[in-house]
Amino acid sequence: MNIMNMLKHGFLYLTVLCLVMIGNAAYAGKKQSSPGVTDREIKIGNTMAYSGPASSYSKLAKTMAAYFDMLNAEEGGINGRKINFISLDDGYSPPKTKEQIRRLVEKEKVLLIVTPFGTPTNLAVIRYLNKKKVPQLFPTGGFSTWNQSKKYPWTVGFSPGYNAEGKIYAKHVLKNHPHAKVAVLYQNDDYGRDLYDGFKKTVEAENPSMQIVAESYESTSPTVDSQIIKLKASGANVFINFTLAKFGAQAIRKIYELDWHPEHYITYAAAFISATFRPAGFEKSQGIISAAYYMDPTNPAYKNNPGIVKWRKFMSKYYPKGDQTAGLNVYGYLNAELLAHALKMCGDNLTRQNVMKQLESIRGLQLDTMIKGVKINISPTNHSPIQSVQLIQFKGEGFVPIGDIISAN
Amino acid sequence: MSVTNTSPDSDFSIGVSNTEDPTAASSFSEKIAGLSLSGWRRLALFVGLFVALLLPFIFEGFTVFQLTLAGIYAIAILGLNILTGYNGQFSLGHSVFYAIGAYTSAILVEQFAMSSYITIPIAAIVCLAVGFLFGLTVTRLAGLYLALSTFALALATPQILKHKSLEHLTGGVGGLDIFKPDVPAGIPLEPDQWWYFVMLIILIFMLWATHNLVNSRSGRAMKAIRDNPIAARSMGINSTLNKAIAFGISGLYAGVAGALAAIVIEFVAPDSFTFNLAFLFLTGMVIGGIASIPGVIFGALFVLFLPNFAEDISKNLAYAVFGVLLILTVYLMPSGAAGFFRSFLLRLKKELLARSSVERG
Amino acid sequence: MDLFLSQILSGLSSGAIYASLALAIVMIYQAIEHINFAQGEMAMFSTFIAWTLIVNYNVSYWLAFLIVLIVSFFGGILVERIVFAPIHDAPILSHLIVFLGLFAIFNSLAGYIWGHTIKSFPSPFPEASFRGLVGLHQLGTVAFVGFLLLLIYVFFSFTRLGLAMRAAAANPVSAQLTGIRVKWMTALGWGLASALGAVSGMLVAPVVFLDPHMMGGILIYSFAASLLGGVNSPGGAVLGGFIVGVLENLVGTYVEFIGNELKLTFAFILITGVLLFKPNGLFGRTVVTRV
Repeated sequence: MNIMNMLKHGFLYLTVLCLVMIGNAAYAGKKQSSPGVTDREIKIGNTMAYSGPASSYSKLAKTMAAYFDMLNAEEGGINGRKINFISLDDGYSPPKTKEQIRRLVEKEKVLLIVTPFGTPTNLAVIRYLNKKKVPQLFPTGGFSTWNQSKKYPWTVGFSPGYNAEGKIYAKHVLKNHPHAKVAVLYQNDDYGRDLYDGFKKTVEAENPSMQIVAESYESTSPTVDSQIIKLKASGANVFINFTLAKFGAQAIRKIYELDWHPEHYITYAAAFISATFRPAGFEKSQGIISAAYYMDPTNPAYKNNPGIVKWRKFMSKYYPKGDQTAGLNVYGYLNAELLAHALKMCGDNLTRQNVMKQLESIRGLQLDTMIKGVKINISPTNHSPIQSVQLIQFKGEGFVPIGDIISAN
Repeated sequence: MSVTNTSPDSDFSIGVSNTEDPTAASSFSEKIAGLSLSGWRRLALFVGLFVALLLPFIFEGFTVFQLTLAGIYAIAILGLNILTGYNGQFSLGHSVFYAIGAYTSAILVEQFAMSSYITIPIAAIVCLAVGFLFGLTVTRLAGLYLALSTFALALATPQILKHKSLEHLTGGVGGLDIFKPDVPAGIPLEPDQWWYFVMLIILIFMLWATHNLVNSRSGRAMKAIRDNPIAARSMGINSTLNKAIAFGISGLYAGVAGALAAIVIEFVAPDSFTFNLAFLFLTGMVIGGIASIPGVIFGALFVLFLPNFAEDISKNLAYAVFGVLLILTVYLMPSGAAGFFRSFLLRLKKELLARSSVERG
Repeated sequence: MDLFLSQILSGLSSGAIYASLALAIVMIYQAIEHINFAQGEMAMFSTFIAWTLIVNYNVSYWLAFLIVLIVSFFGGILVERIVFAPIHDAPILSHLIVFLGLFAIFNSLAGYIWGHTIKSFPSPFPEASFRGLVGLHQLGTVAFVGFLLLLIYVFFSFTRLGLAMRAAAANPVSAQLTGIRVKWMTALGWGLASALGAVSGMLVAPVVFLDPHMMGGILIYSFAASLLGGVNSPGGAVLGGFIVGVLENLVGTYVEFIGNELKLTFAFILITGVLLFKPNGLFGRTVVTRV
């Protein structure tokens, strides 16, 4: 009946409970030799936009998860240890990414972070991961910051840099259309600006008299029609499309509608057949030039390619709901493959330092879903594994290669 | 069209019947189990404080970081509550003041090498001024129209933050990366714990300040404006000034929260401050309890931790869950968690009163 | 000159898009004297239903169009009866919260059910362009919006039901006394507004591609349009839509500072400016508050 007594007892219990919890927390030291690694498993972490507008990319992480399932099922994991792939949602929001990365590193104690998604999201955590000496492997996109081995020694990129890609198109334009007037449409963020910057600087350096007209757009805009109209009115005969899927498709359509026929280049990040060219309309997309370093699964040219066939088998068995027309799913497969390769090279020495060391020793590696001739090179001073691309042109319902493999250098 | 509904209690705060009535407790001399109602309140405060002080030692760094973020959200929601809950102005744009506070702090640290600590009061002053000026401008707007205007501002803000002309300050699209200062020498705390306590001190101070504000003369004027703007004006309350001040104060709170957030997360970028954030603040306020000071804590914890739970069920549905809960709250718990708790206590009080009078009688 | 003309035409086409959603906003306002924040999301949801019918069930375009109109109409009535009727007398803040709740629910659900990959949506108009300046779809949209406007005008001015709705909104008490079932008028208003929203979505989708965030960028401009034209005037909303569309393009093209990067700021200034200086818009009626 006497509540005061009950309360006093309650406080006592509460205090004891707290002491026990504190004691337990202090006692739970490291049971592992290296974070994320035990005799039975290797824990790796990932952040991805599963919710919100960028969530159509989440298939990338799902493919990777399926790849590790395959490794665990068919090979017992890597070096006898199962892979535990922990992927958390950040809704493409940088503060949330920070929170999730901290959870992965401090609570889950993963060995490394692989293929974290997005540019602003990765920017939010790059310093934290480098400070904590946790490998930040293959952040998506070609943002130049991923390849700064001095400043961010624990970060290794994957795709050819946007800056490099912009450069490559510039070179092609300079060579094939030396007297052109160029119009550029770019997305007003890191990604679009990086591309535009690479393009512009190269042109200015080699042919300062070449005219460039540029328009940008926000990713929240409903359409880019106004910008396309303006660009057409400038009289340009080369059009550079540094956009993302939806806007890339809109631009293609508007250009066709306006009866404008420039030489059309599009960044590889927007050059998905199913996400861009099909909605835009194949007949409107003829002749568009882009670049690639891995194979688009809907390209008829690769239908019987052994790498793609193997990939399809993998998808059917381990990710049957997965979209076998999505290039992103090949990309995810490739990322997982490269990581598995590096981990295998570590043998039993699965420390964070050794993972980096093994990665940085990879030279001339070609994985089977990459376009023939494109190779992976990583070194202590070069953290951009893929630096060459194959220029491709859209014909019919798929891409055909044009010219040789071009390197960004 | 004429305004029909004028009774202050039932009108504004979506049905709450007993918003703030500190005199009620003392007039009721009966005690529940040996403690008066105000005695219970004090006890709850102490327990709450005790638990809050203990938390950073129970949980490890990452959870402490999350709790710090929850506290930061609570400060922002408190500001929103002052404006919407107590003064009746609907703002869907609190992400804007939060952003201004965050960027003020980040820019001062990054571009002007100031100490992080001093950026907090500076951000407070900046946001007070901006909030006041904005409030002055929109004082004629009310209800859904003010909501619409602030909604548009919230949508426009990330674009403004990315603009080329400000890039040298704001870092443009990529944002700014900043370091938080180390724990002061001699204090045996981890950085996460230290910043948790910094946040806690600020939060407690602001809770206390709000409590005083709401019960002061200005506070009553604010509530009068909320409940019946026309009558308030006829009573001589300068509603324009009062409303603008309320906006300013509310902005100040959000600015402080933003500055703390910039320091603790160590990163600001335009896309961190979208309308989603304003929506989260509104949701936190409603679920915690409109015009409730302690409710903001529950609301903040809720909006921070729910997405993590929702993730396990279905990664895409956190916002749908928020939407459903918002609607349910309006129907079932109009005064939010705080109101629910309060009415539970009131019922308990009546029960015990009835029982004790039966015993006596 | 060609650039100017193109921008005007393009502005008129986006204007038509804004106008179509603005009509739905005005319609709801006629019924409940509130702005429905969730209008765009409901329209988007209806459009997804249409897409499912056309792509997954091979329904013909016009049949799907009709089905979605009916479904949206009844859907709107359901939403009103279930979600809004209980809080009819509650303070405005409750309404705002419920609107935002609906916004979140429709948006999230659409993403969950249909995913976020953009989808192509067919247009009833042929794909060619008019002299290389503007697409036939855009012209068709403008014409369609004009047609809708005519329908609405006739409905409200000459039919008994339309007049009853206006009476119910203007003076519910008197209307009830003359035998008008006020509650059902409100529900009807919601139904009509949802149907209008569905039309808007289906007109917009071929241009901007269908995804859950399709209407987000348009909603704010439609609000601006309805405010500019006067939130209780359908004709004003349409005119407002065209004005906003053209202004947005012209300002974006010729005012360098705003360019394409501050368009939302422009929308904000427009909205706030109209609310402050001309709250009844260009064509609205003044609303008097009696104490």
